[in-house]
Amino acid sequence: MADLLKIEHLKVYYPERAGFFNRIVSYIKAVDDVSLTIEEGKTYGLVGQSGSGKSTIGKTIVGLEDPTAGKIFYKGQDVTTIKQKRKINFNKEVQMVFQDSQSSLNPRKTIGEILAEPLKNFGVPAKIGAGKSENERSFDKEKIDERVLELLDIVGLPERTVSQYPFQFSGGQRQRIVVARALATNPKLIVADEPVSALDLSVQAQVLNFMKKIQKTYGISFLFISHDLGVVRYMTDTIAIMHHGRFVEVGTTEDIFEHPEHIYTKRLLAAIPSQTVAGREAKRAEREANERDFDEKKWAYYEENSAPLRAYGLVQRTGTHFVAVREENE
Amino acid sequence: MAEKLLEANDVSVDFRINNEYLKAISGINLTINRGKVLALVGESGSGKSTFATSIMGLHNPEYTKVSGSIKVAGKELVGLSEKEFDDYRGVSVGMIFQDPLSSLNPLMKIGDQIAEAITVHDKNNPEVKNRVRTLLNDVGIDEEKRVADQYPHQLSGGMRQRVMIAIALANEPDLIIADEPTTALDAIIQAQILELIKDIQKKKDAGVLLITHNLDVVSELADDVAVMYAGQIVEKGSVEQIFENPKHPYTRSLLKADPNNVRPGEELYSIPGTVPSLAEMDFNKDSFLQRVPWLDEKVVNADVPEQMEEVEPGHFVRGTAWKDFSFDDVNRNED
Repeated sequence: MADLLKIEHLKVYYPERAGFFNRIVSYIKAVDDVSLTIEEGKTYGLVGQSGSGKSTIGKTIVGLEDPTAGKIFYKGQDVTTIKQKRKINFNKEVQMVFQDSQSSLNPRKTIGEILAEPLKNFGVPAKIGAGKSENERSFDKEKIDERVLELLDIVGLPERTVSQYPFQFSGGQRQRIVVARALATNPKLIVADEPVSALDLSVQAQVLNFMKKIQKTYGISFLFISHDLGVVRYMTDTIAIMHHGRFVEVGTTEDIFEHPEHIYTKRLLAAIPSQTVAGREAKRAEREANERDFDEKKWAYYEENSAPLRAYGLVQRTGTHFVAVREENE
Repeated sequence: MAEKLLEANDVSVDFRINNEYLKAISGINLTINRGKVLALVGESGSGKSTFATSIMGLHNPEYTKVSGSIKVAGKELVGLSEKEFDDYRGVSVGMIFQDPLSSLNPLMKIGDQIAEAITVHDKNNPEVKNRVRTLLNDVGIDEEKRVADQYPHQLSGGMRQRVMIAIALANEPDLIIADEPTTALDAIIQAQILELIKDIQKKKDAGVLLITHNLDVVSELADDVAVMYAGQIVEKGSVEQIFENPKHPYTRSLLKADPNNVRPGEELYSIPGTVPSLAEMDFNKDSFLQRVPWLDEKVVNADVPEQMEEVEPGHFVRGTAWKDFSFDDVNRNED
């Protein structure tokens, strides 16, 4: 499979200011030297606690945050800065879906207007399917209307939706509208930041099934950001576990769930609630053992006396599996 | 005989909308014994929180009619005046809300907010300061002195939820209502908060009403489960009975929609349609069956007996449609 998006040594630091002259006294390292590759048609999962920097990576990719250092490549082209992104109409190819569908839809616009907006900016693609039409784009009003109806059909909403407003829809329907808007320009990559965390179980199933379906049909790649490990396991091909702005473990979904190696990954996995009543006590014991382990052994996995804990660089284990450990430890 | 902390009998709640009363929940029968956790499960709009709110007496009496009987530790709550509720709220029952950021006062120090929960019921308690510290310790906050002097925005989400729990526990209630206590938290913090609730419940031998739509939380914490749909309980039993031998179509659909319960590659079951609105609810029928497209019309429209059927000791199911329900028929009506 071809590489679609590549991030190399990305750093996003926020300055911390203090004192009379408001001078920069230190930096908060939201993302601290992270590299990843998203393949075509695959789903890459980013997992971590709130505040671990996973959303910052997503926002930096689409251009909502500026990287402090590092490079982002899209199909081999450098798209690190906003200028470089504009040049190749990057945001036509890479779209974002946010957690809260209510606040990402303009309440005063009809669904028709909302879906037409990206089409007015980037034009209607001549052929449907991820990135199939590179340059032929139409700004014809009729074409736009046609495409809006087609999008509604893809997400399974009736035609009359065009003249309705966001408040008239349930959470699951709104989330599908947001995905429809992301799909409008035939993107190749959708950055989905906690797309289902606000939804009920049955609605969550609806949206997840739908995302899988459009991936299959249109060959779209996802960067799936979530803290729900059950959902991540179901959706992703590759997973990166993040802690304090660093990757602590990267591997296939199987690597991570079946052969976790990093102490933090194990701690995350132990936090998944027990699926059976019988397993409750065992899970509890596992969790306690994990906490003890974490305190005892953490300096094999994190740089000596760093605060906040800073993970070591990744060490390759197998073809797909990387773990952040102290190397001489081996 | 176990002591009954909560006894709800035939509880209904009606809301007045445009001068017309609409029923939101109907015929709820639930019991929580001392030392037990009962989970109330269902989608948003199924009436879980409406029921909890009526136990706390937080409905506005101008717009709401609560009928039936709700007894907490033997005391009847239905029909209490606002003033009588003030004496009971927080003392016999403590409530943990979902969103600690909007439930805590942003302008008040944490210590003062906890102290307020104590002094409201016991004005001249000389021990308030110590009690606040003990409470913060109880909920696993070690630096109680520092935290007591901080404001809500200075704390992380997990810490704020701990503070909420401390406030709910301030007057040592026998019954704790936890309304989606971990929905806004990530996995590690969720596990910690669940552990904390379990610990406290064991230590104080309290009863817990856990309201959630997250099935994982239920299998982790609950002793008994009641599944609610469109204002009624459709199935209840022990947590083993509900998870290992679910009967009602709604319970079974929910379990099939959980990504933790399906094998990789298998499609999740998504329940078609939406929860009916108050005006559409029909309490004589099993309204969930409207969302099972392959069921026979006769089964869907059949009247449902008021009494739930006891399918095994302690395991109750509403209606008889579950006997006709099978996922093998999913594709039957699709062509």
